[in-house]
Amino acid sequence: MAKIYSKKALASKILKPKKEVVSFLLNYSQALTVVKIDDKNFEIIAN
Amino acid sequence: MADLHIPDALLVKNYVQGNENALATLIKRHESKIYGFIYSKISDRDISNDIFQDTFIKVIKTLKSNSYNEEGKFLPWVMRISHNLIVDHFRKTKKMPMYRETEEFSIFSVMSDDTLTIENKMIFDQVEVDLKKIIEELPEDQKEVLVMRMYQDMSFKEISELTGVSINTALGRMRYALMNLRKIIDKHQIILTN
Repeated sequence: MAKIYSKKALASKILKPKKEVVSFLLNYSQALTVVKIDDKNFEIIAN
Repeated sequence: MADLHIPDALLVKNYVQGNENALATLIKRHESKIYGFIYSKISDRDISNDIFQDTFIKVIKTLKSNSYNEEGKFLPWVMRISHNLIVDHFRKTKKMPMYRETEEFSIFSVMSDDTLTIENKMIFDQVEVDLKKIIEELPEDQKEVLVMRMYQDMSFKEISELTGVSINTALGRMRYALMNLRKIIDKHQIILTN
């Protein structure tokens, strides 16, 4: 099989955040409820 | 795949109306651009993850509190939030630590003023004058070597060439000059300290 000598260009590397971060954000979003009373916002985080 | 055809604005609207999957689609669609942007400025994976997380926490809070208005587009808005957080990060890290005076800690314990007080300066000047007077008392050959070495900062080689004596003789004269200075100081009980 032919050997590939060329290296992948650094620019082509796709950077992504950690899966844990995305997972945390989705869970946080599900848990968060913002209630607006008059001019104030109340954040409620469900366990 | 079908999600890719739904515009950001519609996904945002769906999310605000309670569709949590819309947020997952928005994050998946833009994560590499936003994370890449943060990483290009920060160059640290962990800090970039933190800033990415803080960015979306702000996005979620804003959307859930109905404070988002679709004036611009979703991605530039998120990018702006992340940009502001990057600026905050650099401000925090580059800021000088601030010290406050407390009972246990005084700023003057780590700061000092090396300049002489007026009194110390007067004493210093007086010592200089006294020392010059004592040097005048030395024999001419010793005085010559001492002045050249101490006041004109010449090497013993240069002194020997200039005075026409060997280096050893110049060294010897310097040694005698210092010994004689000490003798005069001791004899007259002169205090040459600041």
